[in-house]
Amino acid sequence: MSNSETPPNASRRRLLMALPLAGAGVVGVAFWKMLSGMEHGSFNPHDINAPVLNRPVPDFTLPDQPPMQGFNTQDLRNLTQPVLVNFFASWCIPCLAEMPTLMTLKDKLTMWGIAYKDRPENAENFLKHSGNPFSRLGSDHEGRVGIEWGISGVPETFLIGPGGVIRWHTAAPLTDDILSQTLLPLVEKLKAP
Amino acid sequence: MNMRRFLAASCVGFSLIAAPALVLAVDDPMEMLPNPKDEARAEAIGSQLRCLVCQNESIEDSSAGLARDLRRVVREHVAKGENNQQIMDWMVNRYGNFIRLKPAFSFSTLLLWSMPVLALLLGLVSAFIFYRRRAAAPPAPPPLTEEEKARLDQLTKDKDNAP
Repeated sequence: MSNSETPPNASRRRLLMALPLAGAGVVGVAFWKMLSGMEHGSFNPHDINAPVLNRPVPDFTLPDQPPMQGFNTQDLRNLTQPVLVNFFASWCIPCLAEMPTLMTLKDKLTMWGIAYKDRPENAENFLKHSGNPFSRLGSDHEGRVGIEWGISGVPETFLIGPGGVIRWHTAAPLTDDILSQTLLPLVEKLKAP
Repeated sequence: MNMRRFLAASCVGFSLIAAPALVLAVDDPMEMLPNPKDEARAEAIGSQLRCLVCQNESIEDSSAGLARDLRRVVREHVAKGENNQQIMDWMVNRYGNFIRLKPAFSFSTLLLWSMPVLALLLGLVSAFIFYRRRAAAPPAPPPLTEEEKARLDQLTKDKDNAP
């Protein structure tokens, strides 16, 4: 075959050379979208707790964690107002870090706490030092109730709507930004049916 | 090779192969089920469940606290006589499909699962096109015109007559 570059051949070659560039462009745009989504919180590749959203709370019963009374599934199903359920532990540094944020929420939202895999006396001491934003407290010493809720660590926080349905969830420590941008607007929506 | 030395060498070799399997086992023998058949089934299920703390390990491989708790849950369900599907569903119900190390076949994973077949087909089709093109004979040149024939005759005659 001849080596001469006839015009149709040359345009085809140019097209083939443009293909990898176009492919890299598409991949670049996709990565950019993912990264900006991670920055704004609309995309979280580590989010493993999607299945609980908009489901009724699981079946469980928690014994009292001093100084508060424990709670169970029925207590959450009987709710008429939103309640924040927070899993924490005295051995968990991010839990200590989010406590000041929870304390600012105390007057705006009812909060129930679950001490996850913690000795009751340690959890009680923790709340003495960090302040106690909770009005009910359960002790999940074995961590079995945590598994029913599908948590993978502490802190994890769930917003329970009226009727005991899980309306929101995060596996990260709460920050003032999360409160003002996501959580509190949602609470207002749930309060005004 | 000396037979005894060969046996010793293969013992070392086999123990090296077996070592990772031993590491795989639960870290506390108290966790294991008394019935070896049940224990084997629990290990098979556990090796398909992702540890959600160290996300690329199975709960059988991981020594995280949550992995140990989940191993215990699996063994309780096995001891109760539930089948593998029931135990898997129990886990997926709480932790989502993310807990499966092997993705379930569904509409959203259709492309993932069909990719090996698609890639093979793509390769076969491109290979077929490539070889057919290469094998195709180059187009036959157009027949010579009368003038060209005469010139060819002339040239060959000249050559024959050359000294």
